[in-house]
Amino acid sequence: MKLFSKIYMGLIFFFLYAPLVVLVAFSFNDSKSRNTWTGFSFRWYVKLFKDSEILHSLLNTIIVALVAAILATIIGTIACLGILKMKKWPKRFIMNLNNLPIVNPEIVTGVSLMLLFVFTYNNFNILCPGMTTLILSHTTFCLPYVVLSVLPKLRQMNPYLYEAAQDLGCTPFYAFFKVILPEIMPGIITGMVMAFTLSLDDFVISYFTSGTTQTLPIAIYSMTRKIVSPEINALSTMLFVVVLTLLLAINIRQIKEMKKNN
Amino acid sequence: MKKNLVLISAAFFSVLLITAGLVLFKHDKSNVTINVYNWGEYISDGTDGTLNVNEEFTKRTGIHVNYSTFQSNEALFAKMQGGGTKYDVVIPSDYMISKMIEKDMLRKIDFENISNFSYIDDNFKNPTYDPTNEYSVPYTWGTIGIFYNKKMVNEPEEEISWDILWNKKYSGKILMFDNPRDSFAISQIRLGIPLNTVNPKDWEYAAQDLRNQKPLVQSYVMDQIFDKMGNGEAALAPYYTGDAALLIQRNKDIGFVVPKIGTNKFIDAMCIPKDSEHPTEAQKYINFLCDPDIALENIRYIGYSSPETKVKNKLDPQISNSKIYYPDEETLKNSQVFTSLPDEINSLMDNLWITIKTGNVGNPLTLFAVILCFVVLYLTIILYKKSKYKNSIKKN
Repeated sequence: MKLFSKIYMGLIFFFLYAPLVVLVAFSFNDSKSRNTWTGFSFRWYVKLFKDSEILHSLLNTIIVALVAAILATIIGTIACLGILKMKKWPKRFIMNLNNLPIVNPEIVTGVSLMLLFVFTYNNFNILCPGMTTLILSHTTFCLPYVVLSVLPKLRQMNPYLYEAAQDLGCTPFYAFFKVILPEIMPGIITGMVMAFTLSLDDFVISYFTSGTTQTLPIAIYSMTRKIVSPEINALSTMLFVVVLTLLLAINIRQIKEMKKNN
Repeated sequence: MKKNLVLISAAFFSVLLITAGLVLFKHDKSNVTINVYNWGEYISDGTDGTLNVNEEFTKRTGIHVNYSTFQSNEALFAKMQGGGTKYDVVIPSDYMISKMIEKDMLRKIDFENISNFSYIDDNFKNPTYDPTNEYSVPYTWGTIGIFYNKKMVNEPEEEISWDILWNKKYSGKILMFDNPRDSFAISQIRLGIPLNTVNPKDWEYAAQDLRNQKPLVQSYVMDQIFDKMGNGEAALAPYYTGDAALLIQRNKDIGFVVPKIGTNKFIDAMCIPKDSEHPTEAQKYINFLCDPDIALENIRYIGYSSPETKVKNKLDPQISNSKIYYPDEETLKNSQVFTSLPDEINSLMDNLWITIKTGNVGNPLTLFAVILCFVVLYLTIILYKKSKYKNSIKKN
């Protein structure tokens, strides 16, 4: 039985990570083939750094993801503070309102945002579909995830901490930054990382709200008429490595802190 | 704890910096920026020692190019219809151009500003999709033909025609286009029906033909054809001639024929949408792409055929003399160009295509029933869990 459970787990991990392994391996393939190995080379990495179209889309994507993640985190954290202090029914109402965009199909969100932006643009000449609308819509769909990851941390926190800090002479503002924020920081960071990755790979919503700006997922999709270049493998590998190191760094830090606390 | 304050202020500052940078970046460009919307991988982009055409344009004229790409004519159409996007140059294919002209989405081009239009060959002027040639300037063209694996197909090249895709000998080794217009075209050519017919019976007839072919077809694919043919998983597949080089490079055994009885000739042409804000600059861009030296760079990169003889002559003779890229007069005479179909024919074609691929038309009632079943199932699970939960509370 134990052997069986081990095999089962091994299989699960295999299916989870096999695609990634293939992707990374073929980023070093010498030819454009997606099936046959023709030799080791770095040429796709070299080519990637010369491809202005992909790099430009990557830049757009990263700007949008960063700004949207930070905005969503700030707004979401403030919202959590408010939600925590609400009475039961308004709280339920707001939480349902918050969860609605998560279960809502992305395409509905995308189309409705597009209609909104086109409406405002045609009637008031503001919010021309482009970078701004991309950032706004990404902030919108990232917000619920931030709320969901920050709120539990706030609930776990001792509610009297804030009052205690004020008793000891903190101004409310100071007490928030010195006492509450450090306490809920792990939740905030989780929320921010989640928002960042969600925004990074979003296709559907970006597709409808991007106007003439091109993000990376859209650029990759438009390549599918011909063979998708292994440059994309190279790029994905690099993104993967960056995210992996980030995760490792965060985990190692947490482990160290836990050891310190013990 | 100071560290966190620093972190947060750093975050704030980075937001400020980025937005400020964006604003400055946008305002710094005192010059005009034009929005160009083109097919993916459809312009020389500076990789592998080629010329970066967009940068070259900026260098020469000072006009910046915001370049983005689409995957299909329909995606382009949807994006333009959605509103709020102000493209200055778009490159749709033939039938989409005539549809856009019908819907009044394109702006007339002032051909006085396109001096390089004189390089375009006469047989590409006044095409059927733009009979008065007021809206479009050809960019590239190509035909569809049959890729075949020389090891698996033993017919000599001259005998290969569209009929071979219906040959039972190759059952399970045939690939077909996964888009209705191209697939229907093959059947229509084979049966001798005009490609732009508006007679519903013709479409039904072609659909029946495709239904007969279905048992022989391994799968309906688009770009997976490169893998399937490249690895020898399939023996026969129709595809765009422009991509022949890519595939032959992958697998030396692959041959390519453009059947003499006729083929579909497609033309991708540059147009200026009605809501373009910089039509003058857009015309400069179009004129620039028609410049034979620039067009040569693009054609070399893309691999499709050029509508300019001057460009064709400068290409590697292996390509310019190839019947794949530049078919002979006879084949070209038999080839037909798509134009836009009336809406009811389009929806008929889409419906027929669904019946070909899935077997029968879906009944909306079944969908409703399935959804209803799911809802009922979901509700019972929830109710069951709730009652269980209540029971467990009572017991405690």
